[in-house]
Amino acid sequence: MDTNAVYQKPTDEEIKTLLNEKFEGKVNVTKIETRRVYATVPRELIHQVCEYIHDNLTFEHISTVIGVDMIDNLRVVYHIDNYFNGCVIELTVDIPNDDPHVASISDIWVGGNWHERETYELFGIIFDGHPHLARLLTPDTYEFYPFRKSYKLRGQE
Amino acid sequence: MARDLMDIRAETDELTTDKMWVIMGPQHPFSHGLWTLKVELDGELVTDAEPIVGYLHRGWEKECENRSYAKIVPMADRLCYAASMTYSHLYCMTVEKALGLEVPEKAQYIRVVADEICRISSHLMWLAAVGTDLGNLTVFLWCMREREYWMDLFVRLCGARMTTNYPRIGGVRNDITELFDRDVDRCVQHFEKALWDIIALIDDSSIFLSRMKGTGILTREQCVNLGITGPAMRGNGVDFDIRRDDPYEVYDKIDFEVPVLNDGDSYSRYMVRVEELFQSCKIITRAMQKIRAIGKNAPYRYKAPTNVPAGTAMCRLEDPRGESLMYLVADGSGKPYRLKVRSPIFTNVSASKPLVVGSRIADVPVIMAMIDMCLGETDR
Repeated sequence: MDTNAVYQKPTDEEIKTLLNEKFEGKVNVTKIETRRVYATVPRELIHQVCEYIHDNLTFEHISTVIGVDMIDNLRVVYHIDNYFNGCVIELTVDIPNDDPHVASISDIWVGGNWHERETYELFGIIFDGHPHLARLLTPDTYEFYPFRKSYKLRGQE
Repeated sequence: MARDLMDIRAETDELTTDKMWVIMGPQHPFSHGLWTLKVELDGELVTDAEPIVGYLHRGWEKECENRSYAKIVPMADRLCYAASMTYSHLYCMTVEKALGLEVPEKAQYIRVVADEICRISSHLMWLAAVGTDLGNLTVFLWCMREREYWMDLFVRLCGARMTTNYPRIGGVRNDITELFDRDVDRCVQHFEKALWDIIALIDDSSIFLSRMKGTGILTREQCVNLGITGPAMRGNGVDFDIRRDDPYEVYDKIDFEVPVLNDGDSYSRYMVRVEELFQSCKIITRAMQKIRAIGKNAPYRYKAPTNVPAGTAMCRLEDPRGESLMYLVADGSGKPYRLKVRSPIFTNVSASKPLVVGSRIADVPVIMAMIDMCLGETDR
């Protein structure tokens, strides 16, 4: 398929083929359901992949940027929507604990701005290139990341 | 003759004003909850704005990691008191997806009816708030009066008015009651007439129209890129509704229309919500016909296991305010490993700067009222 063309309503199979061809197998599409595509992306490629699905596959809207503490590593999950066929693509990026950096995508979708700030303050994941990466929900004086598994609630110790 | 401030300035270059930051909130009549909107004013014009949230942050998602799956249903109600049914519904849907559990058809229809009642009562609450924001207490009183009928329906359905605790993982808590069955059609018929009176109050009032028409304008591209969802987005010409375009439960078997307007101002956002009220009435009537056709003895709940197998699940639905999404990471135990809520208002309020910059300070309450603030779900 032509990886430079613009598709307004790509089907689930087309998205899988296009991602495989464009990124030469580095983007691993793990599962396909009706109107859902799940993929894992290497950390270095996330900005390129997001630019590509925004510009060429018409994924115009970002639903969420989610942080998960998997103990062995940190994880960022993106849910991105296409408004023409109701398709959602789920991108999963694994980040090592000792270097929690990932490229910010809020220059592509401005709506991702606050989701990235929230993920930063709760998990300590740093989004490089974010315009204003400051704490949003928790006080500025916090020096810990409360949603990491190392932060125990009462009754969890 | 009233002269515009900008006209005066154009005539006399000497007249200048200093820019000034005004902090609206967290306790302010316009804010409808605890949040702050800092606006920079040049005379009456808003030149910059910054929303501040987080006063109600209580670590909801972290609290869930410490509780068994069944105990989170009433907690999901408390995310937003006006849209409690949709949040507990969304939570149950997400866990069912992780379990691979089918829900009985009757329960799916009951959930649709409950969601639409919730949508109507939430929109009426919003319309009442718009009435007070614009100084018309009659709109407020009439909306709250009509809302009581829908609250009574909730009492007939599940015994509670606001935090209903009704959906269950695998179905709903109880079947529809006889009183609910009797009253729901009467309520819909009464409301479809009563809503016209409220609309007449607003559409015949020049105060409402001059404040709403032509304020808070965004283009379609801006609106989508900023992540605005729900009625605010459909007032900007985006023809997308999760109920129709990414259907969940039985919305694909029910016929309804999605109102879309292209003006992109506060008035079109208001019109979309009012039209949604009529559409919700239609959905309730049609779904109730299906429930009656299914019959009284059909199952309304399947048993669900307490432990969820390891894996992830994502579900989304059309909340009264926009797109709600939950993402669950399960590890095979009886408690979620991570549960994330995407609240529509969290993203909508982050777009308040482009919404209010360029308008007058007096228009700010109306522009922000059109996204229907709810802080419980914003801060979580």
